[in-house]
Amino acid sequence: MILDFIYENIEFIYLIFLMIIVGIELISHVPSVLHTPLMSGANAIHGVVLIGAILVLGKAHSDDYFSLVLGFVGVVLGTLNVVGGFVVTDRMLEMFKKKDKGGKA
Amino acid sequence: MKKYFTLENVALGLLIGVGGGYMLNPDETKALPIQELFYLLGSIGFVVGLKMMGKPDTARRGNQIAAIGMIFAVVAALVFGKEGEDLHNVPLILGAIALGTIVGTMMAKKVQMTAMPQMVSLFNGMGGACAALIGLMEFHEMTAVFASVDSEGGQALVAAVMALTGAAAEMQTQLGIIYAGLIIGTVSFAGSMIAYGKLEGKIKDLALPGQQFINLGLLASVVGLAAGHTLGYLDGTFWFYIVLVIAAVYGILFVLPIGGADMPVVISLLNSFTGVAAACGGFLYDNNVMLMGGVLVGSAGTILTVVMCNAMNRSLTNVLLGKVGGASAAASAGNSAGGSIRELQATDVAIMMKYASKVVIVPGYGLAVAQAQHVCHEMELLLESEGVQVKYAIHPVAGRMPGHMNVLLAESSVEYDKLVEMEDINPEFATTDVVLVVGANDVVNPAAKTDPTSPIYGMPILDVENAKQVVVLKRSMKAGYAGIDNDLFYNTKCGMLFGDAKDSLQKLVSEVKSL
Repeated sequence: MILDFIYENIEFIYLIFLMIIVGIELISHVPSVLHTPLMSGANAIHGVVLIGAILVLGKAHSDDYFSLVLGFVGVVLGTLNVVGGFVVTDRMLEMFKKKDKGGKA
Repeated sequence: MKKYFTLENVALGLLIGVGGGYMLNPDETKALPIQELFYLLGSIGFVVGLKMMGKPDTARRGNQIAAIGMIFAVVAALVFGKEGEDLHNVPLILGAIALGTIVGTMMAKKVQMTAMPQMVSLFNGMGGACAALIGLMEFHEMTAVFASVDSEGGQALVAAVMALTGAAAEMQTQLGIIYAGLIIGTVSFAGSMIAYGKLEGKIKDLALPGQQFINLGLLASVVGLAAGHTLGYLDGTFWFYIVLVIAAVYGILFVLPIGGADMPVVISLLNSFTGVAAACGGFLYDNNVMLMGGVLVGSAGTILTVVMCNAMNRSLTNVLLGKVGGASAAASAGNSAGGSIRELQATDVAIMMKYASKVVIVPGYGLAVAQAQHVCHEMELLLESEGVQVKYAIHPVAGRMPGHMNVLLAESSVEYDKLVEMEDINPEFATTDVVLVVGANDVVNPAAKTDPTSPIYGMPILDVENAKQVVVLKRSMKAGYAGIDNDLFYNTKCGMLFGDAKDSLQKLVSEVKSL
């Protein structure tokens, strides 16, 4: 059964394995100054879960109020994660930028 | 540099994307390749964006590229739905996205720089909740198939047909993934909310007796029940909701005993949890961009957590078991050296600094709380104009998050070169006349080097006691976040200036001016 599972999802498993390596490589040599913005940026990226909420709300029947309500809340929360995450990260990094400009000018 | 990452531009991009996508007429044959192309672009945006976020000068652009990748991914889902199936409830979806965008932008724009860590935690919790809701709805739909058949015989027939066609096995796999997403998402949501509450100061540390065993028991029962239900040993939909509740309780109890100073590590860990929950969604929907984004964050977040722990010279298990801030810390606080402290007035400190040739400022969380970064910069400029050399000593974990102080001081446009990292500033203290500790405590506690029983023993600290004079700006003699006493304050070189960091610095500025 486990072998079947692996066989059927082998492409996903390759993908997961490679992405784990990529994630480790991306973060390993980062100065500690950037840890907070990086955490925040990664936080925004996992907001991609929003797509799941869109798809599940998109197939809910129009009389299934349980799914409609939960799906609506899910999409709102997912969007909060994405938009809030990216904007907060941008605000953090904006400060690095401003200081750079000030230095040059 | 032009500002192109404004809310208006993002919204515009989204609208053009959706509109353009509909105009492309998503009939099945054309839609799928375009959708996959968009998902691919989204994934590339995530990877390249995260890579660029690792360097100071490309970091902001990297965040923008990741955001653009997200727009591609979301637009592809909105326009083409799941594998070309039509998306229903589109107005509802767009309404929810609009609401989330407006609220999210307002929250992110309004938040104070000091409150950034809890904001990240809050948004992380939202993502976790989103993943959990997806699990809830998918389960609801799955059981609805059975519920729609009235008689027991009918249900047995449906089950038999499903078993024959192999649909049952596939459903079992799906249920397993739904469970994984639900549990991880719920733990992440509940834990993030507790972390948020702690950083806001609304929730206190709380450790139950035998907490570790309770937590282990909860975790085991969550996994056991979910596995039992998935494999068919347990029957009945109520198990699903029981697992949901236990997972939430576990998330709460998991974070509750961990000290506030360790919250960044916890948030980073929960961040990677949510990544894994998102990846489960990707698996469920055969959606590559969700899978890639989720796994990427899961792995990057885990490494980031470990890197943060290393910066504090502690292991992850040590952080998670809550060794700091608990009972052990209180015990060692008692036997710490007493002695007398020396209280200083603003005038004394102003004289000291004005006639010094080199002053090093050690900022800590107190600076952030008091919003004293601007007045701190003002004082720095004032002293420089008097011919004093001023530098900032940045401990890697000063504040509530690594990089917290850098962000804060950058906000008040302190020059980048003035912020000196711990390894580089430590040899310089010997030639420093005055060290001004502004609202920092644990990062200058010599117990980390001298007292093996101290909970922070082994953490690298700033060697401020090597300087000629040390002045500590502090509100009271209250212990720092680790909850332990600080011998530095009883050092003969050290004087205390009590009061709010901002008030004290303002007094210092006016005293230096009037001298």
